[in-house]
Amino acid sequence: MLLETWLVQLKHWMVNLFPAGWQPGVGSLVSVTVILGVFATLFAVATLLERKGLGRIQNRPGPNRVGPWGLFQPVADGIKMLTKEDIVPLTADQVVHFLAPIVLLAPVTLAFAVIPFGRKLVPIDLDAGLLFFFAVGSAAEVAAFMAGWSSHNKYSLLGAMRAIAQMISFELPLVISTMAVIMMSGSLSLVEIVRAQDGGVFGLIPRWHVLTPWGLAGFLIFFTAALAESNRSPFDLPEGESEIIGGFMTEYSGFKYALFFMGEYFGMFAVSGLATTLFLGGWHAPLPFLDRTLVPSFVWFFGKLLLLLFVFIWLRGTLPRLRVDQLMNFSWKFLLPLALINLLVVALWRFTASWPLAGRWALCLVALAAPFVALGAALMRHRHWKPRHYRYAR
Amino acid sequence: MLGGGIIKGLIETARNFLGSYHDPARFVTVQYPEQSRVHPENNRNFPFLVFDGDDPAKGLRCVACKICEKECPPQCIYIVPERDERGRPRKHPAIFDIDVSVCMSCQICVEVCPFDAIKMDQVFELSGPDRFGRLLLHKQDLAKPNDYYRAIHPSEAVAVDAQLAAERALLEAKAKTNVAPKAGGMPPAGTPAQPKYSIT
Repeated sequence: MLLETWLVQLKHWMVNLFPAGWQPGVGSLVSVTVILGVFATLFAVATLLERKGLGRIQNRPGPNRVGPWGLFQPVADGIKMLTKEDIVPLTADQVVHFLAPIVLLAPVTLAFAVIPFGRKLVPIDLDAGLLFFFAVGSAAEVAAFMAGWSSHNKYSLLGAMRAIAQMISFELPLVISTMAVIMMSGSLSLVEIVRAQDGGVFGLIPRWHVLTPWGLAGFLIFFTAALAESNRSPFDLPEGESEIIGGFMTEYSGFKYALFFMGEYFGMFAVSGLATTLFLGGWHAPLPFLDRTLVPSFVWFFGKLLLLLFVFIWLRGTLPRLRVDQLMNFSWKFLLPLALINLLVVALWRFTASWPLAGRWALCLVALAAPFVALGAALMRHRHWKPRHYRYAR
Repeated sequence: MLGGGIIKGLIETARNFLGSYHDPARFVTVQYPEQSRVHPENNRNFPFLVFDGDDPAKGLRCVACKICEKECPPQCIYIVPERDERGRPRKHPAIFDIDVSVCMSCQICVEVCPFDAIKMDQVFELSGPDRFGRLLLHKQDLAKPNDYYRAIHPSEAVAVDAQLAAERALLEAKAKTNVAPKAGGMPPAGTPAQPKYSIT
């Protein structure tokens, strides 16, 4: 039990050192410090994992010069970023240019406040936690546009406009796919949503949302939209280093550039944490009886988070970047209708609760697979794949 | 179906990811400064001068005939023959410089050399702090023993050694036949001077 609660007990002990009037403030300060510390460390680990993982995918060892197996590479990167010159373009809007990385990072960090990391580790249990998450998460668009506009650079502006278009387009399927979870668990509080996934069938199969047809579809839609929301490959058009030289980050250097990366990774952690909470059972162990063992619940949470991070990296190592029109078509003509249909499937699942399990599954799978195939065919209808005809190069 | 290609690609990258841990055929990176690949025998980079025996100053095969200097397309070779006190060339280079920043590794100097004195080297780690100090190679930098040549180009060196031995044997045989009339008195007038080496 101590393994589970030591962080909370430590916080109580520290807070009790202060007079009663200060205690709420000190309490939140301690929470903020822990969150920042944990996720900054995770940021360092994730950059290393990403570089190592991408290297292995491309049959090379990845960074291996600094420390054993390159373990201190993030330290070297951090020192490099800190010691680089911070260049601000002469024609840039100085104030906005300075504020953009902060505006990106602060809301993303706020989003961690509502995620239940463990059984006892909930920074704030808001009744409308999910709403809060999306409310602060959408500020990233403002930051991207601030950065692009204030840089006074055409590539920055192109990147920023792409970022706005992409983030707004994918915000819809992202939110609608989470609505399925809200419909089933009947609450906007993330703690309640985790509680709804408690227990298991026969004590073996967990009752996670991803193990239902609507949950599986919702998870896939959510994850795809989350990829786009966090500007990760294959949806990294706002950055597009090969076409628009880094997009809205073009005119940033030194630690401000690192802050943008930090924002991207924090966004990735936040949506991964939310996906874990909504669909993968939050801090619950993969097998329900493991919940009663000594392993603290936040270990399971961060295990799932790292697994999702690996999928992020895996996808980045696999898929090429989409074109802008493909991206928009994919969001509006495929993901959004599928997310809406998923809402109907949730309703179907809820109102067929008395049916035998196989019948429910079959019905819901057909209700999801048919539109998937139809929408997919519609998306590819106007693509006439023919051998390319070169007029002058015979 | 939509998404099939993505799954195929994910399987391929997963095979790469896992394969790089246990399959050396997939994990092709050579950690260069620590490890090095074995060069193929015909690998060539810049020329060097072969010397016989132990003393690079005396054993150089080069006779400063300047054929390579004239043939060199980018003109990276500079030769000054050594002369005795009367100004006659001594069949030995006083200066033999190759500017490897100009050399284009064409091997023409090797092809034209009648004395098998210049051959192609395999060293490539030639970086230095300045252009003229390190990249202009002098006679003492270029001179390398015949054993080194045998080590880097084994089959080529065997052929060259055999040919040189055959020529030497031929010369000795000719010298013996030339000795006989000498013993009789004056050499016959009009006999052309024998070249020390024959150009084949």
